[in-house]
Amino acid sequence: MSARHAFVLIACLLPVAGAADPLPSGSTFLGEDLQARQADPTVNPGMLWVDAGSALWTEPAGGSQKSCADCHGDAKDSMRGVAPRYPAVDEASGDLLNLERRINRCRTRHQQAEPFAYETDELLGLTAFVAHQSRGLPMKVAIDGPAAPFYEQGKTFFHERQGQMDLACSQCHDEHAGERFRGDVISHGLGNGYPAYRIEWQTLGSLHRRLRACSLGVRAVRFDYGSDEYLALELYLAKRADGVPIETPAIRK
Amino acid sequence: MALPKARVSMAETAKKGELVEIKTLMRHPMETGYRVDRVGKPIPRHIVQLLTVDYNGAEIFRMNMTQGVAANPYISFFALARESGDFLFRWEDDLGEVVTVTKTLTVT
Amino acid sequence: MVSRRAALLGAGAAGGFALLPGTASATVELRDQVLAELTRVAPVDTGRVTLTIPGVAENGLSVYTIVEVESPMTEADHVRAVHILAANNPIARLFTASFTPASGIARVATNIRLGGSQEVTALAEMSDGSFWQDRKQVVVTIAACVDGG
Repeated sequence: MSARHAFVLIACLLPVAGAADPLPSGSTFLGEDLQARQADPTVNPGMLWVDAGSALWTEPAGGSQKSCADCHGDAKDSMRGVAPRYPAVDEASGDLLNLERRINRCRTRHQQAEPFAYETDELLGLTAFVAHQSRGLPMKVAIDGPAAPFYEQGKTFFHERQGQMDLACSQCHDEHAGERFRGDVISHGLGNGYPAYRIEWQTLGSLHRRLRACSLGVRAVRFDYGSDEYLALELYLAKRADGVPIETPAIRK
Repeated sequence: MALPKARVSMAETAKKGELVEIKTLMRHPMETGYRVDRVGKPIPRHIVQLLTVDYNGAEIFRMNMTQGVAANPYISFFALARESGDFLFRWEDDLGEVVTVTKTLTVT
Repeated sequence: MVSRRAALLGAGAAGGFALLPGTASATVELRDQVLAELTRVAPVDTGRVTLTIPGVAENGLSVYTIVEVESPMTEADHVRAVHILAANNPIARLFTASFTPASGIARVATNIRLGGSQEVTALAEMSDGSFWQDRKQVVVTIAACVDGG
């Protein structure tokens, strides 16, 4: 067999990677005006928090008096490609980290600084700033190796009926995605634009805030910000969003 | 540290007589004063009431706002490019807090 | 059909917060009163002003609004100010944008809050003392999950 024939034969035998098409982002269900606002950084209110994060990036912090930039340099280079891989397992501790937890771990471990609480302008700003450096890049988390048990936990959670309304995430966000629900269209719940500016909140908010709102919506237990339950779910959602571009800061209703 | 609270987007250069579009965003809750919290306590009003824009020291535009303007106010308007100089944007809220941003325009 | 109370709650009580009891709302009469105060009861012509606002607002908390007024914007002939009035918000006057000839064009865009479906008026005050207006009806819908989270 000639080299060329061998090549063609082998190419046919290679499994097709990412067989399923990426799910549509929640942005596709917004009206034209909101989509345009999201796309334009001169108009998108989420950029106010990206600016805050940008300022914090070069600000010396904690006992170390080192800034993020002192280790990571220009975020445009060092942080591009980071958000698509999160949540990810931290090798040293075996913990599952989302971006917020990664940032706080850097603060405590490397800067000798206090962690920022969820929903503070500081943590929202840094998280939005870091994720924004990957705007347009497709989500691509790992779910093998140490991530596997967390992924399974999140997958179980997503399909489990919960709360007074006895609803599972999958019932709305898989089975009824794309259908109208009062003034909205049900999205696939991908979370690819977080932290996002949710108009109902009148401010930028984290994915965990949104998950707590979902839990409240079905009258189920609301887990804490940064809880193991929501972290595992976040990993499952990130895998569901495989191939979907990051849109941080997105605008949502 | 004090985090930046406003951003202004406008061209850095313009030809004399050209219209320059200016887009401003300010991080502010524009709390209406009509809401009560989860235990029924009224949340006090806290809104930006005034944005003024000076071009080389002369005011060219102002906007008086009430609670009817959305949170994190986006306000866009125009300026006629006359001579090179500074634009001073000044937001003032009802607690007397002032935020300023300066932008420079080079006019050819 | 969205009830008035629900429409108010949808925009004014976001995040699960209720409105203070007794929060009155502007009415058409109150809007007219404010308009009369602003114009000092001068006649108001229709025209020259274009109010661009969606016929159906996706969320009353942030409704994109553009006002533009035809004018040469010279010292002798320019737009002094534009006022936005609402007929069914807690406050009738939402904002006033004041221009000068240095503005070049009398145009302003922002996001307003609407507490329910209502008529919105853009009132322009000219340097010659004349007043012009444009009015649009806006239907305000409620987003799906007003979940309070």
